[in-house]
Amino acid sequence: MTKILKYREILLVIAIAALLVAITLRFPGFVAPANLARVYNDTSILIILALGQMAVILTRCIDLSMAANLALCGMVAAMINAAFPEVPIPLVIFAVVILGAALGSINGLLVWKLDIPPIVVTLGTLTIYRGTIFLLSNGAWINAHQMSDAFKALPRAPLAGLPVLSWLSVLAIAAVYLLMTRTPVGRAFYAVGGNPHAAVYTGIDVGRTRFLAYCLSGALAGLSGYLWVSRYAVAYVDIAAGFELDIIAACVIGGISIAGGIGSVPGAVLGSLFLGVIKNALPVVNISPFAQLAISGTVIIIAVAVNARAEKRKGRVILKKAEAV
Amino acid sequence: MAEAHLSPRAIPDRLQSRGNRLLKSWESLLLVVAVLVFTINSFASPYFLDPWNLSDATFNFTEKAMIAFAMALVIIAGEIDLSVASIIALSSTAMGLAVSFGFDTPMLVVVGLGTGVLCGAINGLLITGLGLPSIVVTIGTMSLFRGLSFIILGDKAFTGYPASFAYFGQGYVWWVFSFELVLFAVFAVIYSVLLHKTNFGRAVYAIGNNQTAALFSGVRVGRVKFILFLLTGLMAGIASICLTSRLGSTRPSIALGVELEVVTMVVLGGVSILGGSGTVPGVVLAAFIMGMVTFGFGLLNVPGIVMSIFVGVLLISVIALPILWARARRRVAH
Repeated sequence: MTKILKYREILLVIAIAALLVAITLRFPGFVAPANLARVYNDTSILIILALGQMAVILTRCIDLSMAANLALCGMVAAMINAAFPEVPIPLVIFAVVILGAALGSINGLLVWKLDIPPIVVTLGTLTIYRGTIFLLSNGAWINAHQMSDAFKALPRAPLAGLPVLSWLSVLAIAAVYLLMTRTPVGRAFYAVGGNPHAAVYTGIDVGRTRFLAYCLSGALAGLSGYLWVSRYAVAYVDIAAGFELDIIAACVIGGISIAGGIGSVPGAVLGSLFLGVIKNALPVVNISPFAQLAISGTVIIIAVAVNARAEKRKGRVILKKAEAV
Repeated sequence: MAEAHLSPRAIPDRLQSRGNRLLKSWESLLLVVAVLVFTINSFASPYFLDPWNLSDATFNFTEKAMIAFAMALVIIAGEIDLSVASIIALSSTAMGLAVSFGFDTPMLVVVGLGTGVLCGAINGLLITGLGLPSIVVTIGTMSLFRGLSFIILGDKAFTGYPASFAYFGQGYVWWVFSFELVLFAVFAVIYSVLLHKTNFGRAVYAIGNNQTAALFSGVRVGRVKFILFLLTGLMAGIASICLTSRLGSTRPSIALGVELEVVTMVVLGGVSILGGSGTVPGVVLAAFIMGMVTFGFGLLNVPGIVMSIFVGVLLISVIALPILWARARRRVAH
């Protein structure tokens, strides 16, 4: 199985490299280190979100409410800052991460305690969270001039050559990687998605594990909420509308199986970067930005077809082993 | 996405009569809710009971409900189609293109229906031909179909539909009964018969309950599923004709987010999201309730986004309540 996983990540690296070469042929400046750093920075939020979505998808669930959660947390962060500019920014971030985790835990509880299918739960909470933003803000925008300078400056602040936003995503990648590969909870995510029945017999609480996955995706959505609002310096009801599909697309492209149990942190990161490179390259090579949606749709379909083939191959190998025994 | 319950005792046997009874009571519950909503609305606003107002209110749900019928069958068969709103957009764009090439109303209808069926066929081929999970495929085609509309239209809009084209969305067959409402009623009957009175309908239930068993009892699972996605595409094409005709213009963002409302309607109608159970009359009632609630809120000046909170709460509680109810009953039985 690790062979296939490696294969998928190498495939993605090759795909991204090929993409970069193709872009360079028409616009050499794109691969300049400074520009690549900019592309990475622009993709940072997607990476952070894809990591959370990955944990949820690994457990055979899905979180369609991530973008709405992000928007709600972003609005709350902006409102706290607009009303009490003296509150230190780390405290604001801490508050929205907790809020995001709480919103995620609502999804998790509904899936865990009531056994409602994840897609229905998160479809429902998606509209509820979006609507709540309207109730909180009364439909008003919070604009740049209402936010304090410190609030807007943090993600942009340079630190050892890269903006803090990029470093935060690096930190998130490292943390989730350690969680997935070095902790019992991380292994439980894989076990629950790979075979829920077997997971029960090995003493893993399937519902609780899913609940934790939703808390993680919620917390990361909360963090992204602050980052999004401070980066674009505006908060309103519809920020990041439809972004949940980009997040799922990044995961699917990264080789995370929608059927659960298969996927890796490098895959999620590379999947996000693939979309990020396309998004940043389109205007550069003079393709209408309107084409982006169709391209990501095509990429999702191709990726899921490739995923299915990889999973089938794995199935055959297991059968042969069973015969040998 | 969905999978079986984990404790072996909880595996539901939907053929049992208790499940049947529960199902029947679901439709009657919906009927009670519908009457309740109707009564509350007529007290809450003096304008509600006007026949023309009520007729206007039906436009809130007719287009979505037509798709919901086909979607109900897809969900009963254990699949899902999230691309319906994007099919509406692409069909509408294709019709707009046809207008700019100088085609007249009959040809526009052909183009609209054809695009819908073609999109459905693409979904069906990817899902049954390649054996891919429908939720991811249709998330992909959802981006693809709307993306194509964006490529064709960009930030522009198609207008200038011929006057005779306006009939589908704005015409009235008799008195206050609009063409759309009549079409909705006709499809309600057709889909009820298709699902509840034909072999095809039985096959849909069989696939939803146990795909492998269905296959071994001679149901052509792939073909049935393919037809279901064709039907969903066709219904989205029809809805697109009605919506485009009603609005008289096409933008690539047309019908954004409608797939959620369609799925909500289907689930509210008592169709199990896990597949295998549900009825068309339930979906009809759910469409009616959602339309009346939206209309009533509109008369009371409740903003659309607040209604969407209500729809979200409705969606979750509608599924949670039967589960809690079944649990309470089990506790009483023990």
